[in-house]
Amino acid sequence: MAHTLSAATARAVKTAITTKVSLDGLSIVFRRDGSAVEVLDRISLEVREGEFVCILGPSGCGKSTLLNIVAGFLQPSSGQAWIDGEAVRGPDPRRIFVFQERGVFPWLTVEGNIGFGLFKLSREEKAERIAHYVQLVGLEGFERAYPHELSGGMKQRLEVARAFAVNPDMLFLDEPFGSLDSITRLGMRKELLRIWELERKTILFVTHDIEEAVQLADRVVVLSSRPARIRRIVEIDIPHPRDISAPRYLELRDGIFEEIGLAHQV
Amino acid sequence: MKKFSWLPPTIFVAILVVAWHIAAARQAVPIIPGPWAVLQGIGELARKGLLVKYVVASVFRVTWGYLLAVATAIPFGLFLGWRRRAEMALNPALQVLRPISPLAWIPIAILWFGVGDLAAIFLIFLASFLPLTMSAMNAVRNIPAIYLQAGSNFGLSERQLMWKVLYPAVLPQLLVGLRLALGIAWMVVVAAEMIAVNSGLGFLIIDSRNAGNRYDLVVAGMVLIGAIGLLLDTGMRSLERLRSLRWGYGTD
Repeated sequence: MAHTLSAATARAVKTAITTKVSLDGLSIVFRRDGSAVEVLDRISLEVREGEFVCILGPSGCGKSTLLNIVAGFLQPSSGQAWIDGEAVRGPDPRRIFVFQERGVFPWLTVEGNIGFGLFKLSREEKAERIAHYVQLVGLEGFERAYPHELSGGMKQRLEVARAFAVNPDMLFLDEPFGSLDSITRLGMRKELLRIWELERKTILFVTHDIEEAVQLADRVVVLSSRPARIRRIVEIDIPHPRDISAPRYLELRDGIFEEIGLAHQV
Repeated sequence: MKKFSWLPPTIFVAILVVAWHIAAARQAVPIIPGPWAVLQGIGELARKGLLVKYVVASVFRVTWGYLLAVATAIPFGLFLGWRRRAEMALNPALQVLRPISPLAWIPIAILWFGVGDLAAIFLIFLASFLPLTMSAMNAVRNIPAIYLQAGSNFGLSERQLMWKVLYPAVLPQLLVGLRLALGIAWMVVVAAEMIAVNSGLGFLIIDSRNAGNRYDLVVAGMVLIGAIGLLLDTGMRSLERLRSLRWGYGTD
């Protein structure tokens, strides 16, 4: 008895240390013109430190809303989001939200954008940090370019670089590659995984693309349509780089297709 | 090809002038002076030293009235756009004032400031103030929420947010508003000068008619107003071509 208790305690302590995000019964109801729209229905989820979690759901199901709550841009109607044991009360520079390439500031150059969050650093440190991340996302030679002079993929990399530059311990990505063409998108996924493996930030990644979720995530959280509930959480137990024609990959992917109620046939 | 982009408009203006010349030469009863007479009129004004004097007088009034409006209306409009409550409180009153032509204020302007520069400057200020306020207010409201969210996500205080996000984000829209307001100011100065002062291009027009039906000088005044208006607008437009501002105008 004493033995099992201490094991349970040890596990609890371990969980307490490694749990990054804890969502506790998040619900949100939007009121518009007198009618109430229930968007999220009691979402509870734990995310470990350094984990890559994809939130997958059909368009308009409320997955972006969920991400906005965890990032502190929205207050839930009930329930509470916790990060590092603290209740989320608002946006925080330790956790950066990456929008679909539209979040880069068009009035700043590539350098200016990457350096945007570094206003507390000295000039030298700032320049060093900028140079590092310019190189990390492969934008060398474009330091002085403005976003409107860049392609969609470059803008997206720029926004990721801007987020990484402030050395956050967590990233929220809201369909970050949604507006890119499929070839660029594949390249960007690879790029994101490469950077994530180097820096091991905790990542919450919202997508409606099943393939994308299975290629990237440690775990895929499958949401229902509105009001969103968690239907299933799928552990993707394949090491990176993933072979997207391997039987295990296909099995996991098709499992999710079935879960969502789509036969994988066109 | 682009090198000659000035050519078609020049040809068009030349055709207009020629048509004007022919029409003026063939009129039985003189109702319009021809281009040559107008050009001579401008020459006459230059010889008398009135050309420079009147142009400077008009530009001086517009500059002061307009700059005063810019200095007050832009901060005011940005504030209204930023603070929704202030906008809700003040906007209805502004909307009532807006349809009142600045010319309707001429008697009041003369009552308060007498006949002179101050009255004209006041009228130009009034004419530019509301359009500038509105465009600054709307510019703030049109900032994509995403920029402000991103800004606050990086830990900016409200003040930093205003300097580093709000201000640059509204700049392109603000420039459009500044350009339109300058156009309005330039139109209003002419009307103001017809009544409230004794110099300037507006005064030239009304005075030339009253003192001897010198329609060549009337049209000369009109031509000068048009030419200077074009210069002012071209100056404002060149600001829009700054590299750091081009994002607001490009089709991207």
